[in-house]
Amino acid sequence: MFKHMNTTSVMIVGVGGQGSLLASKLLGRLLVNEGYDVKVSEVHGMSQRGGSVVTYVRFGDKVYSPVIETGEADYIISFEKLETARYVECLKTDGKIVVNTQQIDPMPVITGASQYPENILDEVSAKGVHVDALDALALAEKAGSLKTVNIVLMGRLAKHFGIAYDKWIKAIEQTVAPKFVEMNKKAFELGYSFGD
Amino acid sequence: MKDLLIGNAAVARGLYEAGCKVVSSYPGTPSTEITEFAAEYDEIYCEWAPNEKVAMEVAFGASLNGARSFCGMKHVGLNVAADPLFTLSYTGVNGGLVIAVADDPGMHSSQNEQDSRHYAIAAKVPMLEPADSEEAYEFAKAAFDISEQFDTPVILRMCTRIAHSQSLVEVGERAERDNIPYVKNGAKFIMMPGNAKKRHPVVEERTLKLTEFAETSPLNRVEAGGTDLGIICSGTCYQYVKEVFGDSVSVLKLGMVNPLPVEKIKAFAATVKRLVVIEELDGVIETHCKSIGVNVEGKELFTNIGEFSQKTIAKAFGLEDKAHETIETAVPLRPPVMCAGCPHRGMYYTLAKNKITVLGDIGCYTLGAQPPLSAIDSTLCMGASVSGIHGFNKASNNADSGKTVCVIGDSTFMHSGMTGLVNIAYNNSNSTVIILDNSITGMTGHQQNPTTGYNIKGDPAAKVDLETLCHAIGINRVRVVDPYNLAECEKALKEELAADEASVIISRRPCVLLKYVKTNPPVKVDKDKCKSCKMCMKLGCPAISIHNGKADIDATLCVGCDVCKQLCPFGAIESPVCNS
Repeated sequence: MFKHMNTTSVMIVGVGGQGSLLASKLLGRLLVNEGYDVKVSEVHGMSQRGGSVVTYVRFGDKVYSPVIETGEADYIISFEKLETARYVECLKTDGKIVVNTQQIDPMPVITGASQYPENILDEVSAKGVHVDALDALALAEKAGSLKTVNIVLMGRLAKHFGIAYDKWIKAIEQTVAPKFVEMNKKAFELGYSFGD
Repeated sequence: MKDLLIGNAAVARGLYEAGCKVVSSYPGTPSTEITEFAAEYDEIYCEWAPNEKVAMEVAFGASLNGARSFCGMKHVGLNVAADPLFTLSYTGVNGGLVIAVADDPGMHSSQNEQDSRHYAIAAKVPMLEPADSEEAYEFAKAAFDISEQFDTPVILRMCTRIAHSQSLVEVGERAERDNIPYVKNGAKFIMMPGNAKKRHPVVEERTLKLTEFAETSPLNRVEAGGTDLGIICSGTCYQYVKEVFGDSVSVLKLGMVNPLPVEKIKAFAATVKRLVVIEELDGVIETHCKSIGVNVEGKELFTNIGEFSQKTIAKAFGLEDKAHETIETAVPLRPPVMCAGCPHRGMYYTLAKNKITVLGDIGCYTLGAQPPLSAIDSTLCMGASVSGIHGFNKASNNADSGKTVCVIGDSTFMHSGMTGLVNIAYNNSNSTVIILDNSITGMTGHQQNPTTGYNIKGDPAAKVDLETLCHAIGINRVRVVDPYNLAECEKALKEELAADEASVIISRRPCVLLKYVKTNPPVKVDKDKCKSCKMCMKLGCPAISIHNGKADIDATLCVGCDVCKQLCPFGAIESPVCNS
């Protein structure tokens, strides 16, 4: 029905302050290096303060819309369990989710106004959606800093993504400050080879 | 090599290449980064002005003296700068003058979703609207040429999705330009009635010429795609239309949204069987089409509320949602919150505890309205807290002044709060004004302002002394408190509310996210001492939660501000013992 279909869509979702900005920067760099038309869209400002954040990355021969809508995402990279559930309707039925199993209680849960749903990832998996879950925070700690959780998750995405490992490494070198490159390469490797 | 740039960075690049020399802006999401990126070019003089009106008048002065100049603001900022805008339309320019205004359909970070195109129509100035970063870059350059060719300020209309989306831009080189010499010309630049009466017909004549320009300019282009359906659109809607229809429909893509072409639209209409206008917010293009006798469909298919996407358009044409899964469990909302260690929290807790009516303002501290603090009663626009409390107290002849305060940030106070304070002093209300001084413009991402002592480049600058300023305005009672000290906050609040005259409390502590701010090790809960009274939960600190019935503090978030520690009646919250 849609006339323009040859665009691949990646959503990066999480909680403000988790570092999704660097993840989208890395992915954008990689895709530009590969010669794709690329659009990366995120909303700054009010939504950053510990709120739910979403970044759209789209690439292909020609990308029009910068946003991803219902049933359009090929991949969702989720920095937090609940955010996976919030955006799962954006996933294609044959799409893939990479999710950090971290739980961050939102304010309505902290105040007791809402409950953090138990086993939320099981419910998502039960829909037949491909869910690749990992404790990225633990791997980030192993890499040397909790802040590398974003790169751990990008390493995991790389496993499913079909672009060569060394091209990701080159993009990391172009994106990350020189003194943090080695740590981020390690974080990337830990995510990539998780469970091997 | 093409660069992946957000729309705002692309505008900055366009300014740079167009030889722009002076940029003056006030930060406002989603416009802020234009000026931040422009400040990275040493060839451009850049500054944060105290507000948008000042910024536009600075741009006017620079233009008068022959330089290409620019000011950027969010949509509501244009309300503040509307006064210079309307008469700038009459004076026209010397050096080119471009104004970027960023609309926020969907109100991601705004208090309303007004459509700035109305300003272009009302002020009779041309407006360009890019549809991606490449166009943001090209249109910024084109805007300067139009400005000088037609002797008019030009508005570049951005929106959140263009301003904050990255796409590829092929950049060029800066064309350095000499200032156009300033020559005294009172008939053009002194807008008193005798001169202004002669300028108004010039403006009307200019609009006719700009309309002719719109008929043939490549800014407005037709993409032919059959005769069944024609769509007229601009900006981000163009991308959604192409996403849904590809090349299967004919599109009239408008890059210049004021003035709109007449013959071009009529000619396009004649080529298609069905004609639809797709535009976010108001039906501006649709109204124009109908006024020139072109029959279009528009707002009967599309709402004038919120942000669109490809889904909005697909739905309006009867296309089904794409296949997807949904889950049944309710997913709790995750609203933005004040950060752990936010200096505003201690003051808000004190206000909430004492059940104070609080007139609020615009900034990070607007988040004090959220539960559990729920400490704010109103938020209108920049500066309205200080002006508003005066009216509130006058309405009851100060009967409510002992239980009412207003809160305003340092940057917002500089923007338009201090004029309200002048009014409080001059017209004598018993108002209590709290300046939440976190020493930065917070919500828009840490921009310097006249109270911080630094300019946009981070170089030392004159620093407004708030205490002296308030005294000079005529406020006798001015005191400073540390919002991390709850007892101090409460004492100051009670004394100033009880005082029989106006007062200012400056609640001063720098934003905890500032790089120079040193934080303390996280505090811990002694689970044996914790009686589950949940007093600490009243702060709405994202680091504090209840696990297994006891308070729990997230060590990755806690910055050791100790506010919760002061609140715990059982001494269960402890700072780490220092062994050094």
